[in-house]
Amino acid sequence: MEVPENGKSASLRHAFGNVFCFFILLLIGVLAFSIRLFSVIKYESVIHEFDPYFNYRVTQYLTKKGIYEFWNWFDDRTWYPLGRVIGGTVYPGLTLTAGSIWRLLNSLNIPLSVETVCVFTAPIFSAIAAWATYLLTKEVKGTGAGLTAAALLAMVPSYISRSVAGSYDNEAVAIFALIFTFYLYVKTLNTGSLFYATLNALSYFYMVCSWGGYTFIINLIPMHVLLCIVTGRYSPRLYIAYAPLVVLGTLLASLVPVVGFNAVMTSEHFASFLVFIIIHVVAFVYYIKGLLSPKMFKVAVALVVSVGMVVCCAVVAVLVALVASSPTKGWSGRSLSLLDPTYASKYIPIIASVSEHQPPTWPSYFMDINVLAFLVPAGIIACFLPLSDASSFVVLYIVTSVYFSGVMVRLMLVLAPAACIMSGIALSEAFDVLTRSVKFQLPGVSGNSQSGAGDTTSRTVDTQSDMVKTEKEPPTDRTEDTTKERTSKKKKKKEKEHVEKPSLKSQIQKRLLVLPLEASVIALLLLVLLGGVYVIHCVWAAAEAYSAPSIVLTSHSHDGLHVFDDFREAYAWLRHNTEVDDKVASWWDYGYQTTAMANRTVIVDNNTWNNTHIATVGTAMSSPEKAAWEIFNSLDVKYVLVVFGGLVGYPSDDINKFLWMVRIGGGVFPHIKEPDYLRDGQYRIDSQATPTMLNCLMYKLAYYRFVETDGKGFDRVRRTEIGKKHFKLTHFEEVFTTHHWMMRIYKLKPPKNRIRGKAKKSKSSSKGSTAASLKQSGRRKRNPWH
Amino acid sequence: MAKLWIFVTLVSLLPFLGSSFSSENPTDRRILVLLDDFAIKSSHSIFFKSLQTRGFELDFKLADDPKLSLQRYGQYLYDGLILFSPTIERFGGSVDLAAVLDFVDSGHDLIVAADASASDLIRDIATECGVEFDEDPAAMVIDHTSYAVSKTEGDHTLIASDGFIQSDVILGSKIIEVPVLFQGVGHTLNPTNNLVLKVLAASPSAYSVNPKSKLSTPPSLTGSAISLVSVVQARNNARILISGSLALFSNQLFRSGVEKAGSSTKFEKSGNEQFVTELSKWVFHERGHLKAVNVRHNKVGETGEPAIYRINDDLEYSVEIYEWSGTSWVPYIADDVQVQFYMMSPYVLKTLSTDQKGRYFTSFKVPDVYGVFQFKVEYQRLGYTSLSLSKQIPVRPFKHNEYERFITTAFPYYGSSFSMMAGFFIFTITYLYNK
Repeated sequence: MEVPENGKSASLRHAFGNVFCFFILLLIGVLAFSIRLFSVIKYESVIHEFDPYFNYRVTQYLTKKGIYEFWNWFDDRTWYPLGRVIGGTVYPGLTLTAGSIWRLLNSLNIPLSVETVCVFTAPIFSAIAAWATYLLTKEVKGTGAGLTAAALLAMVPSYISRSVAGSYDNEAVAIFALIFTFYLYVKTLNTGSLFYATLNALSYFYMVCSWGGYTFIINLIPMHVLLCIVTGRYSPRLYIAYAPLVVLGTLLASLVPVVGFNAVMTSEHFASFLVFIIIHVVAFVYYIKGLLSPKMFKVAVALVVSVGMVVCCAVVAVLVALVASSPTKGWSGRSLSLLDPTYASKYIPIIASVSEHQPPTWPSYFMDINVLAFLVPAGIIACFLPLSDASSFVVLYIVTSVYFSGVMVRLMLVLAPAACIMSGIALSEAFDVLTRSVKFQLPGVSGNSQSGAGDTTSRTVDTQSDMVKTEKEPPTDRTEDTTKERTSKKKKKKEKEHVEKPSLKSQIQKRLLVLPLEASVIALLLLVLLGGVYVIHCVWAAAEAYSAPSIVLTSHSHDGLHVFDDFREAYAWLRHNTEVDDKVASWWDYGYQTTAMANRTVIVDNNTWNNTHIATVGTAMSSPEKAAWEIFNSLDVKYVLVVFGGLVGYPSDDINKFLWMVRIGGGVFPHIKEPDYLRDGQYRIDSQATPTMLNCLMYKLAYYRFVETDGKGFDRVRRTEIGKKHFKLTHFEEVFTTHHWMMRIYKLKPPKNRIRGKAKKSKSSSKGSTAASLKQSGRRKRNPWH
Repeated sequence: MAKLWIFVTLVSLLPFLGSSFSSENPTDRRILVLLDDFAIKSSHSIFFKSLQTRGFELDFKLADDPKLSLQRYGQYLYDGLILFSPTIERFGGSVDLAAVLDFVDSGHDLIVAADASASDLIRDIATECGVEFDEDPAAMVIDHTSYAVSKTEGDHTLIASDGFIQSDVILGSKIIEVPVLFQGVGHTLNPTNNLVLKVLAASPSAYSVNPKSKLSTPPSLTGSAISLVSVVQARNNARILISGSLALFSNQLFRSGVEKAGSSTKFEKSGNEQFVTELSKWVFHERGHLKAVNVRHNKVGETGEPAIYRINDDLEYSVEIYEWSGTSWVPYIADDVQVQFYMMSPYVLKTLSTDQKGRYFTSFKVPDVYGVFQFKVEYQRLGYTSLSLSKQIPVRPFKHNEYERFITTAFPYYGSSFSMMAGFFIFTITYLYNK
């Protein structure tokens, strides 16, 4: 123990440091929370985007009806007429969290609305996530790195993009759960405490409740365990960190309805079971090794290995047979597209059609993690000096998450905490080295080099003692715990040896690692500058790039700020002007919003669970009017809603998404063929467009009467004049178009009351077509089908 | 939730704009009769009289009356329209082709009588309703085998036809034994049009041609494809009668005797009066008008209507169907009313049993599929108004506590888990205290 050596002053400094650290953490929390409030200040306190609306609706239901009703909720207002079993298909973590917060506040007589709670859930949890990052990094590299990492995470743009106030999505709580699970795993690994192992399983359970990304944890941790075993770092601590997690975690995970038997049936989880078997074999080998003499051990190894091989082969054969019998090899499409980035675009257009499932571009790395991208390599190097179980885990974490983020832009979110931890480590190590050099060489300091050296020693001792402390704390807890005393004592001794050896070495090393004064001062300045750049970028990203709620759009032009509130205008129109049981068809992107904001039944929504149903809507949109009418009528659809950005230049409208509708529709109904909609492989809507394109429902609904706006029909998104300008709708009638034409609502016409004769029609059209007769029967002539 | 399932569509019975034409009292009351000239009023007086005695208010107007109007302040002034003005080229006042068709599309009834000299306007109205008159404006139906024997030999345009439609609903339960006299243009129907019915068909030997000109080309309309009188029941159950002959309704043909060529029997009085009267009863909704009320469903053993069913529930469904007799609603009795339990396709299709008092009922088990279902009754029978009822009802899966708690087949698993617990307990005790 080194602490008593330094005596009172050190412990006082320690106490001071702890208080200081506490306040820093508090400020980091405040920072994390407040940087996410730009969206509320600049826009309003409103739920953002698409999925959050569904979560909000579910939370409303939960707070109104209670948890059992929520669990058993069969929603008959989406996926008409199939309905959706919400309780069994939703990750309930976020909803339950926000519902509990709301209930707690209400029981404290703080009457907040559910919406307010939902809006602010994400900022609150990002503050907690920052603290969890502190804990994790502290376990890896000490307090300094922890605080730096927490500060970085509090404002990393990637995370901000998913957790601004109003962005009420699973990721908001899941990132906290992810980091916290990793913290508890590393903590267990460092202490070997069953208490933390149990907590770890519970935290994993919370993660499973919150987000489908839990498979990342259940694959990363086994990978790390395997790494430890392979590199000969197996220890009972590793066993305690891993085995309870698999057993308890799998049991708990299968309690979540949406996971259920998937926890043992799908390939995503197999790695953990395989490693579970391996770690037992290894533990058994170590146990035998302790029991037997070396000679006997060799014999035993031969025996065990041969038997083990046979068993392994049998198990692997069974697994392979099981896996091979399923068409997707037991993997879900999203996971498969992680392993093989081209998989989705080849086979599952519905996954590929989501922009956040696309691979990211290089600028998006700079946008989302900014300078961290450059600090990460330094952090990785720092992790190898010295390489501990914990730091090897973090290295593995960053390596895998870099790969995954390269596959799917959405998984940038998983990369962000890893990058923050790495950069935190790098920055704090760099500051450590530089400030030490400065301190060492400052001429003004009395007792100059010697005391400086002493100081350095005490500082290193500080960090060491920190580490020792973390390892010491649990044992002191456990002295009360008589049953486990034996094992922990053994461990403690081992650890002390393990820690003291490198500390002595590093003292010597560090004395040699002193840099010149000027260089270190300049380096310090540059580092501060780098941090400043990062902060400026983060604040800019939070304020400008990521706080737009996407249901309200703004644009700056020379004559001031324009607000486009068309989405809510259209949903409000639906809510007030249609029957409560009317069905509204739209592309699935707008399903959640329609159910939540307009309270109308939709055919498909953002929970893309039934590809055929979505393909039906896609087919209808890509069919000519009459065929589309028949499809929609068979689904009891009353209204069709399209999003059109051509007038104001809103690029993510239905015309731009249309090729995906064709692809998804054509995947199920082969009479829809993508080449029919392309002219020489080019997607165009101008006069060169194919007749199929110009006659499909989507084109007609988007551009109906569009020519009346400017006389030419100039589409500002596609930057071209539209191909077919003057046409009439025969089976649909326009009932509402919002102020900026961003949303257009059409009603299906009822079938004609009478069926008119045939012969006369040709006669009258040949003979007549006088203006008078056209005017007379104008209303009927729009619908001359039988 | 409660609102979700209240969704009854009584498309067939919805009144539109008429005030006295209501679902409670579907027979028309006020009828506008448009005439070419007032002579028709007296020459067709028997027909008009029979309507008046049945309680209709007839409003006779000249077809080119400049004050003619079907509606005022958005309300229709009449429930039915009789066009006995085959030659009219333009109606007076605000009435035109579109107005007449709107009148029909808002659920009102129409009788159109054309003639050999029918104007384009009358032809257009007929065409809009799915009836195509012979395009030759001078053509008449000629039949050299089933013509009515008359004084002027060689004139075979007066046809004695007995090609009636086989429907008690349209022509009444009393069989029309005497042939109907017809003199006028023929028309054809589009065979794919399922709204229009041939009530009086020409015989196979009939053809349609201008009788005054020489037959140079084969006639375009021949045989039993020619329809003499047709009815249309629109999707909103408005009924339209289209006749190629105005004389069909005239006193002259009502009273004249019939002797069909080649037949020895000679009838004192033609079948026209019975035919036209029965047909007008059908057109003005005195017959064949159904309504469905009191659609109910509930779980077996309960009375209240649930907001949602669970899969495999047993349920009871009932509906009451009545027919309008002209004065009151009487129970409709049939054995072919079916209900569908429908979600994209019928999962259950059952024939309803009846208690002979208008109530139809059945019970069945909800299929083992959850989703938003509909109780659908689609009842379309010849001559009757179409009934199309649908009532939405969601079906949910089992709740978490509705599954069986203990399954017999799982007893080995229960046994193994409990023995495992016991074994672990014993092992722990032995391990801890056996040293």
